[in-house]
Amino acid sequence: MKRGTFGAWFWVVLGGLYFLLPLLGTLDFSLRMRRGVLSFDAYEKAFADPQFGQTFLFSNQMALLTIIVSLLLVVPTAYWVHLRVPRLRSVVEFITLLPFVIPAIVLVFGMIKIYSRPLAFGSLELVRPLTNSVWGTNLLLVAGYVVLSLPYMYRAVDTGLRAIDVRTLTEAAQSLGAGWPTILWKIIFPNLRTALLSGALLTFAIVVGELTLANFLDRPAFGPYLWLLGQHRAYQPAALSIISFGLTWVAMGVIQFLSRGRIKPGQVAGAH
Amino acid sequence: MTSLPDPSLRRPRRISLAWVGLLPFFLFALAFLFAPSSSLLFGSFLDSEGALTFKNILGLSQPSIRNAYWLSIRISAVTAVVGGLFGFLLAYAVTLGRLPRWVRTSLITFSGVASNFAGVPLAFAFIAVLGRTGVITQFLEDAIGLEIYDHGFNLYSFAGLSLTYLYFQFPLMVLIMAPALDGLKREWREASENLGATSQQYWRYIALPILLPSILGTMILLFGNAFGAYATAFALTGGSLNLVTIQIGAQMRGDVLHNPGLGYALAFGMVIVMAISIGLYTWLQRLSERWLR
Repeated sequence: MKRGTFGAWFWVVLGGLYFLLPLLGTLDFSLRMRRGVLSFDAYEKAFADPQFGQTFLFSNQMALLTIIVSLLLVVPTAYWVHLRVPRLRSVVEFITLLPFVIPAIVLVFGMIKIYSRPLAFGSLELVRPLTNSVWGTNLLLVAGYVVLSLPYMYRAVDTGLRAIDVRTLTEAAQSLGAGWPTILWKIIFPNLRTALLSGALLTFAIVVGELTLANFLDRPAFGPYLWLLGQHRAYQPAALSIISFGLTWVAMGVIQFLSRGRIKPGQVAGAH
Repeated sequence: MTSLPDPSLRRPRRISLAWVGLLPFFLFALAFLFAPSSSLLFGSFLDSEGALTFKNILGLSQPSIRNAYWLSIRISAVTAVVGGLFGFLLAYAVTLGRLPRWVRTSLITFSGVASNFAGVPLAFAFIAVLGRTGVITQFLEDAIGLEIYDHGFNLYSFAGLSLTYLYFQFPLMVLIMAPALDGLKREWREASENLGATSQQYWRYIALPILLPSILGTMILLFGNAFGAYATAFALTGGSLNLVTIQIGAQMRGDVLHNPGLGYALAFGMVIVMAISIGLYTWLQRLSERWLR
């Protein structure tokens, strides 16, 4: 089988080059801001820009909010489907797959279409347009991110729930006098922590550099900032791209470590 | 579960309550998934006065829109097929190619990262490497005197964007195909060898037919993956390539089609294409699960 192994090595080396060359090239480029020597000037300049700090902080806050909302929405739902309404499993699964069908650009188009006008009953205005206020637009942004992360989060939680005996745990807790909030918070959440952490990290990786939603909702996020920076700077964007790649690497590396190499298909792939 | 009375016996009153637990989820989906997408659907059948019309749908056949769909379809198909084949060969190499274990682990980890590394940073990485002053562009010029931009290469074109899309396309193929290749049972190979089959015959009559739904399905998934992509294309070409997603973005910024209804129809046509490809993927994936568990 020597021949087979040679072919295998050939493809792996080719794939490795495809992976590494753009990264090494970008890294090299980001270190060449000062002529003739390698330096971290581009990184220093990029970090020194107050807008970097602001937008990066904003994106991290949005990512955190997205993860919290997504967990609060998905965990009780998936739990309830497992325990009480398995009949509706296919309906819920179908809904969690819909974000694959509706690209981010179409989603934000539709959201702007309906939420840029007031929610009115006849001539009586009930709610002012969400896009008119900062909190309203942030709400739309987080809701959109929750939608984008839904397939991954639901998959992760569902896989986690399959691995534990939901019914026995619930009945044991109930017989000890626990109510629903206690069961969810003290039994289900802790038992799912590996799955939840994977889902949360993947959500983080998707949200932090996201461009489409943040751009069209006009929020001061990291993705639009990076794009804008790329319009009139050469080296700083390369440096920030390396940082961004590093963050994705850390997030995926931890997931990989948690799942010990057993990544389920469909659990990975972000917003392009 | 076994020692308890059959829960269905004490269920009658709970049925109405049980689905209430899913209400927050359904309300969320209604507000942020169904309402936005169905408003685009309704919008594509209404004219500016709010009357029913089919003009918008018919308007999709105008040349600029037809070209946008055609370009999106071509770029998605090319990256799906090339990324699919390359990804399959890589997955084959690390599962059945008798390579050391660490090669597989690192390739799978890398694929997880790369399939999520998209949008602005990905575009910038390719600009830094293959742009006019990119590292590889310069290297080829200095080392062997090859100026790729003089020989028809352009990163901000069909070929350049395809090359960039492939960076997240083939890793996704690897991630889905590696477990599928693991699912090929050793017994099948042994049985066919005992019956005198050659390696080619084994692949031609056993392995490929089993893997085919999975391969095709995943390629269709890759197609959808590229078809819906906006951020990478926008960051790389700044809107100079007339893809459907780019056109939707331009329409949102300032009604470039001079007809909001046509914009909605454009977006909804996109959902239809995505729905067909995801539907096909799900169906083919289910077919392949019959053998590959």
